[in-house]
Amino acid sequence: MQALDKKLFRDFRRLWVQAVAIALVLSCGVALLLTSFGMYQALDDTRAAYYERNRFGDVWLDTRRAPETLLPELRAIDGVYAIEPRVVGAAILDIEGRSESAVGQILSWPEDDDPLLNVPLLRSGGYPAPTSTRDVMVNEPFAEANGFEIGSVFHANLNGQRRELRIVGTALSPEYIYTISPGGMMPDNEGFGIIWMPERAVAAAFDMEGAFNNLSVRITQDASEDEVIDALDRLAEPYGGLGAYGRAQQISDSFVTSEIAQLRGMAMVVPPIFFAIAAFLVSMVMGRIVALERSEIGLLKAIGYSDLEICLHYLLLAGFIAVVGIAIGWGAGTWLARGMAVQYAEFFDFPYLLFRVPGWVYAISGLAALVTTMLGAARAALAAARLAPAIAMQPPAPPRFKRSMIDVAMARLRLSQPTVMILRSFFRWPGRSAMTCLGLGFAVASVVAASFVNDALENIVDVAFYQSNRQDAMLLFTENVPETTIAEVRRLPGVLQAEPQQYLPAILRNGPLEKSLAVEARRPGTDLSRVIGADGEVSTAEPGGMLLSERLASQLDLGIGDMVEVEFLSGRRETHEMVVTGLVEQYFGLGAYADLDYLNQVFRQSPQMSVVNVTLDDNELEALHARLKDIPRLSGLIMMNDTRRSFQDTIRENVVVMNTVYIVIAVLITVGVAYNGARIQLSERARELASLRILGFSRGEVSYVLVGETMLLALVAQPIGWLLGAGIAQAMVGAFSSDIYSMPLILKPDIFSRASLVVLAAALASALIVRRRLDNLNLVSVMKTRE
Amino acid sequence: MAEVIFRTEDITKVYDTGEVKVYALAGVSLELYAGELAVLLGPSGSGKSTLLNILGGLDHVTDGRVWFRDLELTDLNDRGLTRFRRDHVGFVFQFYNLVPSLTARENVQLVTDVAPDPMPAAEALELVGLGHRLDHFPSEMSGGEQQRVAIARAIAKRPEVLLCDEPTGALDSKTGVQVLEVLKTINDQFGTTTAVITHNAAIQQMAHRVIQFQDGKINEVHVNETRIAPHEIVW
Repeated sequence: MQALDKKLFRDFRRLWVQAVAIALVLSCGVALLLTSFGMYQALDDTRAAYYERNRFGDVWLDTRRAPETLLPELRAIDGVYAIEPRVVGAAILDIEGRSESAVGQILSWPEDDDPLLNVPLLRSGGYPAPTSTRDVMVNEPFAEANGFEIGSVFHANLNGQRRELRIVGTALSPEYIYTISPGGMMPDNEGFGIIWMPERAVAAAFDMEGAFNNLSVRITQDASEDEVIDALDRLAEPYGGLGAYGRAQQISDSFVTSEIAQLRGMAMVVPPIFFAIAAFLVSMVMGRIVALERSEIGLLKAIGYSDLEICLHYLLLAGFIAVVGIAIGWGAGTWLARGMAVQYAEFFDFPYLLFRVPGWVYAISGLAALVTTMLGAARAALAAARLAPAIAMQPPAPPRFKRSMIDVAMARLRLSQPTVMILRSFFRWPGRSAMTCLGLGFAVASVVAASFVNDALENIVDVAFYQSNRQDAMLLFTENVPETTIAEVRRLPGVLQAEPQQYLPAILRNGPLEKSLAVEARRPGTDLSRVIGADGEVSTAEPGGMLLSERLASQLDLGIGDMVEVEFLSGRRETHEMVVTGLVEQYFGLGAYADLDYLNQVFRQSPQMSVVNVTLDDNELEALHARLKDIPRLSGLIMMNDTRRSFQDTIRENVVVMNTVYIVIAVLITVGVAYNGARIQLSERARELASLRILGFSRGEVSYVLVGETMLLALVAQPIGWLLGAGIAQAMVGAFSSDIYSMPLILKPDIFSRASLVVLAAALASALIVRRRLDNLNLVSVMKTRE
Repeated sequence: MAEVIFRTEDITKVYDTGEVKVYALAGVSLELYAGELAVLLGPSGSGKSTLLNILGGLDHVTDGRVWFRDLELTDLNDRGLTRFRRDHVGFVFQFYNLVPSLTARENVQLVTDVAPDPMPAAEALELVGLGHRLDHFPSEMSGGEQQRVAIARAIAKRPEVLLCDEPTGALDSKTGVQVLEVLKTINDQFGTTTAVITHNAAIQQMAHRVIQFQDGKINEVHVNETRIAPHEIVW
């Protein structure tokens, strides 16, 4: 090994604490880039491959009942490549050994075993025989969650008929990567299953012979989705068309898409912040090293080392930091990616797991870290290369301090000399001070952004589950039933309170803007399912009026007092003008609310409902479930307590992990910035501080100068960090917001104080560690060495 | 007549600080001969170090010309000067300029790694009487020892010229004499042209020639008819 290389290794060993402090910051960037970008790629590729191979549809259409004779016309629509008609139904399931009832989504299975679109991937067993009335294929996660095997049986209430079904196969479908029951909020593989049944049996059960009620469409590459949707809606209108929709509104796909978008956003925004901080730290440390080794550089040049060799020598030193950072980052990133893959496996049902971070993502993240570090070191390395040997061996000129307004102010304030030293150094290198504050600010912001999510989710849970939806369960019916049915529900065991509600599929329009969704209609004074206004008060839709969620209102560009055109897609399919009477802050879905009695009146019909909200006596739950399984026309059941619990569990788990990760990140950044800053200060000030000691200052007084400057920078960083954190939180709210979810921007004072506490404590600890070196300062030798 | 190693022709060096122009060298013409040990004497700021830096290819002249044998240094760019230093020149500085993170042997290896025909590092250290301290770090050595490591480093490449800027400036007289002994031995044994800057007038007695500087000019050149050994020098 060459002597210069040995110097390199020893320099690195001498600097290892500083180097590791920087490497850790760098590794955060590498790990996050690896995880988010790798996962983004993996998810995106897997989805694309899955959709392509299994011919995932582009557009869907639900109708009440359309005849098969309509199919040629549908096929002839401009831009339609293929269509797949189906009969879709819902059924309450009775599974042995499970007291609660489960819900099944029934899909018809074509006789030729060859669906054109949304082809399920067989996982075990086989397809149901075309003539069988009891053989079914179910989705694999449902089978696994319930311990089903090929040949297992369960019961289903098919349109009022109790039937025994036998599992002959399990499959996965691109339509159900994220499997969530209609009206559900969380995946529940045990309580919700996809059931493929021979089409003859399904048609017979749901009275759909020669007809279909669901259509999947694949469009040609050059087709316009909107035009196809319009054409489908036009043709389906006489048959109770409920509005065609594209992938953006396909529940499974929109969840996967929003996850992919989140990962992508994270990959683009977060790692560069870490890289920038690491580059700044490298530049600061390398700058100092070059300053300290000035005479050595001069010597090396005198001996005959070229500028390039010198430049490379210092770049290599920074390269070591990068190598350590990359190694740690790859390790941590691989671990994080594995953890994330496990999470995805829990929420998403992909047939093949491409959740391995591709090799080139490792290369990219490593390269990004290396380039960043080199950029950080470039200035110092170039300065070393440019240093003329004759000048290098002279001691550098002392830094020039000029008198400024600040000095005048300091003189007025009669500050002590150590305080003046702190302030002067702060203002003497404004760029460095600003960058240090910015770095520490990011540490504060990291904690703010993480804590904010916690509060926001708590608020969501509170509003969604304790203020708005207070029912213990929701009973969903296949279609509108007379409101008098509620009396039957009230007679069910364990039902304490029951309130009717109606979901009406509709298209809301304001000029060219439109949105299809389900309008929720309720009685005024409803107690179990309420609408909470933006002011936090219970809000009621007046007759003729409509309450809109804020997001929906902004999407349709509507405000209070505006008229909105509502095309109802069920019943008589009438269009009515309604006035927006209030806005609602809502975090799940796009809500639109109307008065149930008013709509019944407008539709000239006897009172109808499609949902009953109930409160239950927990002691009678088993008896209730036993009865529910036999109620005709009940298509679904949502146990809100289960939803609440699983939602809160998921949140709690995620929040704990997220808070830990972000606090660790904040501490790493703080230590990286504060420790290196203090070390550099100590190195620059060793003579100064030793002189103070010789002049009779105590250790404490001298420490004050060192720790004081670090803490001054940390204090100035706080408001910067608060602002950055609030900005990041706002960006997260924007990025997170989709038609499915949104997040409120809630910034409580205590998250700021917590963030500050974490960062100030870490900064103080870093400064105190460096301060210990002051105790070992050999006063005589410091004063004797030349600098 | 001995071969001319260095020749300067009316060189000047001006440091322009913006407000004032400082003439570090104001027209110096000089020849240094092969195998010669020359002492450059003069007060601080008289131009000795500037001349030495220029001869060693560490600095450029403002005006005038410099030759090393037939090679005109004033024609060379930075790359050429680097090459020149690497191949021909050994330096010794007042403050040793050892790399603290390298041992004595490794400090010498810094040079032997890049020189075309070096002697083994251990041999160079043996020559300066440090054969027993090869693996000590600078912080573990006395000032005299450190300076001898610096000399070993300078001679390990078998340079044709050895340029020493105040080699004893930071040493007490006893260790200073040891260092001068080493310089003399090298000069005698290898015939290395050696230029020693000092403002310690006592040292001039060991030189072949003494060149006196004053205000950026050569004041006087004096040839020693009889030289004395370093151990006879006292200051």
